[in-house]
Amino acid sequence: MPSLFATTREYSGITLVDLSGRISLGDGSALLRKTVRDLLEEGRTKIILNLGDVNYIDSSGIGELVSGFTAVRNRGGELKLLNLTKKVNDLLQITKLFTVFDVFNDESTAMRSFE
Amino acid sequence: MAPETKHLEVTLDTHVESVNLAEEMCVRVAEAAGFNEDECYRIGMSVREGVINAFHYGNQEKPEKKIHLAIELTEERMIIHVLDEGKGFRLNDVPDPLAQENLLSTSGRGIFLMKAFMDEFDVQPGRTGGAELVMAKRLPALGSPHSNGNGSGSNSGAPHQEA
Repeated sequence: MPSLFATTREYSGITLVDLSGRISLGDGSALLRKTVRDLLEEGRTKIILNLGDVNYIDSSGIGELVSGFTAVRNRGGELKLLNLTKKVNDLLQITKLFTVFDVFNDESTAMRSFE
Repeated sequence: MAPETKHLEVTLDTHVESVNLAEEMCVRVAEAAGFNEDECYRIGMSVREGVINAFHYGNQEKPEKKIHLAIELTEERMIIHVLDEGKGFRLNDVPDPLAQENLLSTSGRGIFLMKAFMDEFDVQPGRTGGAELVMAKRLPALGSPHSNGNGSGSNSGAPHQEA
């Protein structure tokens, strides 16, 4: 069984990716990489990753989030994070990535941040 | 009478699945030793990062090489050893992932996480010539300030090795 599932929604040129499961070494990290890469190839550069159902991220997953952030930014877009679980929130705090990512607890606020 | 030490040792293939296997194994031992859910998560994550380090950096993902995992349970601590068959490295040579110039690095956070999540962490030259990561967590029964789920370890050097 895959460790991560991803579904995408689009509103007003903003793509929301709902992720659930684990972003960790192996297929979880690989799926996140492919998802972001596919969106960029379709020209979608305003991306929100909804991590509300992601209960685990390891260093490989953190690396993949950073890689996605950089790839989107290099295309002139933005990748933002939504609904962090406590564990993911704590990881981003101790790795200082909270200072890098725009993080939101509310979908509509995250959407409005692109205006 | 010498205090009792429980010892478990396994040899793992250099394979992604070994990362999950090692994590699950150590979490089960940690649960049985009485660690709470948060501490089991931190121990599991640390073992995971240690085995990822051995898999990727130590053994260079070469399938003919092995990863040696050992768990010791003393009266005071759970001590975990992760030994690879690579060339070894020095802890001081590992870049600081919190440095501004490394914040956007896509790798290099594993050692940092192990140091953050365990009470003690060190890297020693292993018998294979590779690196031996040694990490320890004090058992909760001792009432240590770090065993209540707050997650910040003291990293006060190498764990004691008991027979």
